[in-house]
Amino acid sequence: MACIEARGLRKTYGTTVALDGVDLRIEEGRIVGLIGPNGAGKSTALNAILGLTAYEGELKVLGRNPWTERNRLMTDVCFIADVAVLPRWMKVSQALDYVAGVHPRFDRARAEGFLARTTIKRTSRIRELSKGMVTQLHLALVMAIDAKLLVLDEPTLGLDLLYRKQFYDTLLNDYFDHTRTVIVTTHQVEEVQDILTDVMFIDRGRIALDCSMEAFETRYLELMALPEHAAAARALGPMSERQVFGRSILIYDGVARERLAPLGEVRTPSIADLFVAVMGGKSAPQPQGAEGTAA
Amino acid sequence: MTLETDAMSDLPPAATATAPKATRPLFWSVRRELWENRSLYFAPATVSAVMLIAMVIGVGRILAAHPDLSRHDAPNPAMLALPYDFAAVAIMLTSFIVAIFYCLGALHNERRDRSILFWKSLPVSDATAVLSKALVPLAVLPAIAYVTTVVTQLVILLLSMVAGAVAGLPASTWMQTPFGDLTLVLVYGLVTQTLWLAPFWGWLLLVSAWSRRAPFLWAFLPPLAVCLVEKVALGSSHFADLLGYRIGGGFHEAFVEPMRNVVRTTGPHMVVNGSPFPQVGVGDLDPARFILAPGLWAGLAVAVAFFFGAVWLRRRREPI
Repeated sequence: MACIEARGLRKTYGTTVALDGVDLRIEEGRIVGLIGPNGAGKSTALNAILGLTAYEGELKVLGRNPWTERNRLMTDVCFIADVAVLPRWMKVSQALDYVAGVHPRFDRARAEGFLARTTIKRTSRIRELSKGMVTQLHLALVMAIDAKLLVLDEPTLGLDLLYRKQFYDTLLNDYFDHTRTVIVTTHQVEEVQDILTDVMFIDRGRIALDCSMEAFETRYLELMALPEHAAAARALGPMSERQVFGRSILIYDGVARERLAPLGEVRTPSIADLFVAVMGGKSAPQPQGAEGTAA
Repeated sequence: MTLETDAMSDLPPAATATAPKATRPLFWSVRRELWENRSLYFAPATVSAVMLIAMVIGVGRILAAHPDLSRHDAPNPAMLALPYDFAAVAIMLTSFIVAIFYCLGALHNERRDRSILFWKSLPVSDATAVLSKALVPLAVLPAIAYVTTVVTQLVILLLSMVAGAVAGLPASTWMQTPFGDLTLVLVYGLVTQTLWLAPFWGWLLLVSAWSRRAPFLWAFLPPLAVCLVEKVALGSSHFADLLGYRIGGGFHEAFVEPMRNVVRTTGPHMVVNGSPFPQVGVGDLDPARFILAPGLWAGLAVAVAFFFGAVWLRRRREPI
């Protein structure tokens, strides 16, 4: 069964179209990165999936309609929407008590186990914790919930590098078990590239790219062309070209590795570079370098 | 891609197979409100403490001026009951004010500090969440007011007995204090006024769920504006009368002709002393009239409508 299935998902705010007919299907046991510029519709899509906002079109999450069956859905779905939404007045012990009191799938011992690894004190109020510690606490609460779907909306925004790294490591090592599904949105794309199983680009309310990481690695290649082969490389129809230290870096969609290998160094592009290649071509002007070196 | 688990095996395994536990979302949501809003019990307790301190000082002054009270006439029961009534009224008034601020913040603050996104990530329905907040002015605060009042009255009794013993009053003096009446009137008053004011609490919760900022102004200025417009444009004051009836009419409906009682039981002596507090006895209660008052049932119907309005809004409103 698909964890999430959407057909013709639409959402408008007045005259602004936030989601413009999104079709998507996310299978169980995937870690999906939803990547897009600000205002592309990421949060709207997640809000629709979480039953926080009404929408047009068809949407099923774990076989349920998230808007009309939200109350039942929330037993199986968990989310960290944005950072620092834990109530500042609450004590750590109260947060544990409350979640244990209302969530049928919360394993308190497990949450305590996660917290024991941190320096968070049970008696502290959340307002006394650093931003990183609040995120650790939230993650400890969420990971102790045996949910089928976990949605993370910019979970590491505003955290320093150490906490960000630790966040994803913990998630991968102690939570993900191939039956749960995780959807994550982030601007720090390079940090999630290695943990994703699927990637989706969303732009202006539409899905611009949807592929698994295996497919990603075979389909997209990045060539750092030797200067003498620049013209030959360009002839193979790259999606984009940029200049780094005087060398052309070109990204190709569906060009065989064997054809590129003689022209320079071939590797898998980073999601960030592919994102720029896919999105940049549409909204930003063509890079200057493409013209300059051709002449 | 690395998916191996590393040396984190000190953790208990994920409870994938365990059956879901029984939960009590409403109970924990009400407790949550008490955790967040400590003024719900701190404010009445503080008022009670301040009053008791003031009474100790006052009694001390009386004892200093009249070291031997036994030569004076025994006080009448109505006068004996006065400090207890005073305590009850002060604590009820405090609860009323606390309830106003509580209701206006209840569905507003969680949107302002974005914590609503945390509450909504848990399997607690909007109806349960709003119900837990409505229960605070409808049940939690009256209960707190009741307990605080009874405790305060016991301390007053203790104080009186100590002061009376010092001043040489016989212990039987206190037996005349109408404690049965006091408690019954207190409970009756709390229940009837809470039910009567239910639409008021509902209105405040609705505004709290709706307003993006300044819920206090949104709650009170528009009704005031309607009153003014009606007065200026039509020369009538039906809306103002309606609001006045809602705020003050509960006493009118629940008690027998309250104003006559004030005159009868307080008597000229106490009025001269400048004491405005009526002494209400069991005979002044009129539950039948209260239950049959159309205003009660109309008010409750409006309260239910406001409640569902607040649930509807909480479902749809986004963080501010």
